[in-house]
Amino acid sequence: MTGFVAVLAATEDIPTPDVDWSAIAPNLILMLGGILLLTVVSVVRGRLPGWFHAVWTISVATAAIVAVVPLWQRVQDSGPESVLAGALVLDGFSLVVTATICVSVILAALLLEAYLRRERLGGPEWYVLMLLSASGGVTMATANDLVVVFIGLEILSVAVYVLAAMHRRRVSSQEAGLKYFVLGAFSSAFLLYGIALTYGATGSTNLSRIQAFLADTVITQNALLLGGLAFMLVGFGFKVAVVPFHNWKPDVYQGSPTPVTAFMATAVTAAAFAALLRVYVTTFGPTYRTEWQPLVAALTVLTLVVGAFLAISQTNVKRMLAYSSINHAGFVLLGVLAASAAGDAATLFYLVAYTFMAAGSFAVVAVVGRRGDGHHDLSDYQGLSRSRPGLALVFTILLLSQAGVPLTAGFLAKFYVLAAAVESGYTWLAVLAMLTAVVSAFMYLRIVVTMYFAEPEGEPRRPRIPAAAGLAMGLCVVGVLVIGIVPGPLSDVANDAVSQLVAVGR
Amino acid sequence: MDAIWLIPALPVAGFLLLVVAGRKLGDPAAGWVATLAVAGSFVVSAAVFLHLLGLPAEERNVTVTLWQWLPAGSFQVSFGLFFDQLSGVMCLFITGIGALIHLYAVGYMKGDPHYSRFFVYLNLFVASMLLLVLGDNLLMTFLGWEGVGACSYLLISFWFTDPANASAGKKAFVTNRIGDLGFMLATFLLFVSLGTVNYTEINAAAPKLAGVTATAVALLFFLAATGKSAQLPLFVWLPDAMAGPTPVSALIHAATMVTSGVFLLTRLSGVMAEAGWANGLIAWVGVLTALVAAGAGVAQNDIKKVLAYSTVSQLGFMFLAVGTQNYVGAIFHMITHAFFKALLFLGAGAVIYSMAHEQDMRRYGNLRKYLPVTFVTMGIGWLAISGIPPFSGFWSKDEVLAGAFNAGPAGPVLWFLGITAAVLTAFYMTRLMIMTFFGGAEHWRTDAAESLPEGGADEDAELSVAGHDTGHGAHSDDAGHDHHHLTPDHTPREAPVTMLLPLVVLAGLAVVGGLMNLPFSHRLENLAIWIEPVLAGEHELPGAAVLWVLAILATAGAVLGVWFSYRVYQQHKVAPEKVEKPVLAHAWYIDETYAKVVGGPGEASFDAVAEFDQKVVDGAVNGVGSGTRWIGRALRPLQPGFVRSYALGVAVGSVLVLAFVVTRMSL
Repeated sequence: MTGFVAVLAATEDIPTPDVDWSAIAPNLILMLGGILLLTVVSVVRGRLPGWFHAVWTISVATAAIVAVVPLWQRVQDSGPESVLAGALVLDGFSLVVTATICVSVILAALLLEAYLRRERLGGPEWYVLMLLSASGGVTMATANDLVVVFIGLEILSVAVYVLAAMHRRRVSSQEAGLKYFVLGAFSSAFLLYGIALTYGATGSTNLSRIQAFLADTVITQNALLLGGLAFMLVGFGFKVAVVPFHNWKPDVYQGSPTPVTAFMATAVTAAAFAALLRVYVTTFGPTYRTEWQPLVAALTVLTLVVGAFLAISQTNVKRMLAYSSINHAGFVLLGVLAASAAGDAATLFYLVAYTFMAAGSFAVVAVVGRRGDGHHDLSDYQGLSRSRPGLALVFTILLLSQAGVPLTAGFLAKFYVLAAAVESGYTWLAVLAMLTAVVSAFMYLRIVVTMYFAEPEGEPRRPRIPAAAGLAMGLCVVGVLVIGIVPGPLSDVANDAVSQLVAVGR
Repeated sequence: MDAIWLIPALPVAGFLLLVVAGRKLGDPAAGWVATLAVAGSFVVSAAVFLHLLGLPAEERNVTVTLWQWLPAGSFQVSFGLFFDQLSGVMCLFITGIGALIHLYAVGYMKGDPHYSRFFVYLNLFVASMLLLVLGDNLLMTFLGWEGVGACSYLLISFWFTDPANASAGKKAFVTNRIGDLGFMLATFLLFVSLGTVNYTEINAAAPKLAGVTATAVALLFFLAATGKSAQLPLFVWLPDAMAGPTPVSALIHAATMVTSGVFLLTRLSGVMAEAGWANGLIAWVGVLTALVAAGAGVAQNDIKKVLAYSTVSQLGFMFLAVGTQNYVGAIFHMITHAFFKALLFLGAGAVIYSMAHEQDMRRYGNLRKYLPVTFVTMGIGWLAISGIPPFSGFWSKDEVLAGAFNAGPAGPVLWFLGITAAVLTAFYMTRLMIMTFFGGAEHWRTDAAESLPEGGADEDAELSVAGHDTGHGAHSDDAGHDHHHLTPDHTPREAPVTMLLPLVVLAGLAVVGGLMNLPFSHRLENLAIWIEPVLAGEHELPGAAVLWVLAILATAGAVLGVWFSYRVYQQHKVAPEKVEKPVLAHAWYIDETYAKVVGGPGEASFDAVAEFDQKVVDGAVNGVGSGTRWIGRALRPLQPGFVRSYALGVAVGSVLVLAFVVTRMSL
């Protein structure tokens, strides 16, 4: 009883932190936008046209990007700062990831609009969930505390679990949602346990305090901390599908509604890598790098090799892209592994470039999949160059970019991570990565050759390209080519963004 | 002189125009557009070249930076073009010969259902090739390098309609990608050690490179070159690439693309000068390739395959020159080879054209009666490649061999192997000429196709595991054309004038090409004077007396090859079977060996990896699962089987991660 009173008495002393509303504006816009959309549609039930939800979502995401701009300026002028009593951090890195997530929301919403119409599905819930999930992603990217990372991850994931299962007429969609949920929950437990162990070893969950603690206290070979790092790596590794925690990915990517797959491949990947990078490179990088680098190097090898080799043995294009995204994850991991300013910039560059490549590729897959979202076999792409020359050209450019052909975004993205890895002394791993790029290039070219040279059985089908999906593809192709030909602006932004990641927690 | 951007831009414009409107322009307008684009590019190259000619040697270069590709920072790369003595010469012969071959293709491809698309690829190829030689840094060259590779790959797969032979495209792709890997690694290595990828800066800073680094860079670039330029051990794709239409063989797979490896190493002569023993290796690989491929050329019956192996062999000579740091010789031979090999390919195309697309030389004979122009022009090409003075091939080959003779203690051995390859060259080219144009009998009238013994590469079809391209595949050359079969009452007719004109021009060049660089006095060595200012590395030709002896020996060797071939194929004094050994027909079984290794154990292990994830990992996990049934039972209502195994996959992974961490702990 006395204890209870003591707790009560203590509560009054808990200080409420100052809330810098402008600093968390992008996140607030996304979250409130989602909640507001749900409210509006339930008030004006049934009287809204189908495109309204998409336009709303795109407007919200655009508004969030607009809100990022003054913050970026603020960070450039007065340096990074921590907000909400050190729970979140405002720096260039988090802002760029925020904008990237918003871009992928816009692209996915464009795809979703036409998709829902074609599949005769409806409802604002898709968009609401996507906005909420994006908000979780932004939380992860801005988190300055392991607990906040976890909360962000859960907000992000729970919404995506539901989205994956939303195609109610496709059993494979529900299966994908269920698998993703069960396994996701499983891996969240690992992450949480890792966080607990880390807390035990360092006495804090706040990243800047952990960093400060490790700078003062040398605790090499500490079982608690090493265990914490290992468990957290499992948790993050699951989200970004690092081998051997990857096996959910092909099934889930293949089973999920294609626009949702596009969202997972872009926003979820970006957010999870942002958190991984912040925890491992920024927090543990300066003092503890040598402890986790061999482990991450081993996982990188596995991820690169498995992603490349298993992709080529597939005949389902959606599944191929899922495996190829594992290979891409290996490349991003290479940037993380470098654990240097160049590596951070390269990681960021890769994530942005991959957003355009992946969203665009899955947009093509969504269109070619036709009603029922089931025509994803390689043979469904035969003769596409004749029935839909524009679509075939778009896919070709995107696939070449994924393969890393010069003058596309993919080439420079790969080039920067490899350069960063070589600079940090991982030349052998860079060589291996290049080898796997050669292997996976074969798979991309196989699709291209199928589109252009294979004779279709019977008349080639002419998939309908809805305007919104066409717009999304156009944006992606333009993005891929602009980044490939004039990479200066993006690489400047990536370099500026990263140099500030280090200074957190004032 | 900023107009050099027009040199690649014109073919790009042609490419874009044909992509948009090619089908509307149709046959032959699309072909003329493509030809004009390349010809225009030749005019610009020539104008810039003449301008540079009037300048002192050290000012003979133009750099145009179109834009800053990779921005400021530690790693800057501009999208820049660099026209100097070396790239200028390359541009001239690429666009010049390119324009002639385009012109030829206007006639050759007539009636092809994919007429405009063919020229789309051809223009894209020329543009990529020009970027490759004009780029002022390694990344630009890599861009072109990938571009020409893609065009080659697409053109091979496109015309290889027979699915059984689709692996020819695959083979070209795989070997070239192995080479590309070398290119990328070398670029990285240079960037990491010198901080730049710009050619001028690299060559200037090369003496600062550590010897080991320079050697590694040279070896990696040579790996890239062996892929693109079809050297041992990666040459197997080139004979298969002959499946493409003949103009493609002439332009891409003989005159230009395959020489890009030679160009690359010459461009980086500063690095090569520091590369130590790598140079010796290059020379040896080159001369052995020359010998091996010349041997294979002896026993081929497909006229294009003879020329394909001959190309591999001549490229070997160029690498022999590069390896002995005799870059002038390499470039000299590259240019004369482009003249006479393009001529021979186009001539072969004219023969194939007039023989209803029959490519088997055993069904030719006595064609000089029907095809006088083709016969005379090809005859000149034959004399040039055989090394008979005063035709162009004699001068350049002599320069290469003389340079090799003087290259250290192993020089005479290199020279001897080279001269042996040259004798073989004279032999198989004479064989080609006799089987095609002489021999009295007109074999297509007497021998039915079925009665021919399936000699040469057609034997042992069961060896062709991974789709070794046998003669059958090559017969499907130019699949788009009407295939009226070669009948006994066929009367060959000369090809149209658009095809004969390039033959005549190239024949003229093949005669006088040697004038570029005559060894009699230094004043006459125009090419050397022109190009040497941009080259590093020391090499010296032997003195005049030795040079005369070597030249006389080389001529004697060529005559010997011709004479022996005459004995066998014209006088029938020796049975051809004594010369055309199966091992030669199969090109020393190198391809078959690869097919067995890659197709057998290689493919099996590959499939095993694919199954590993699906069966073994899951299976092992399931095995663990059966031991821990309770998990399975708990999860079964959710998703029988799979989720359980995936979750266990994650768990097993975590255990591995933890096990790793435990090794680093001190508890």
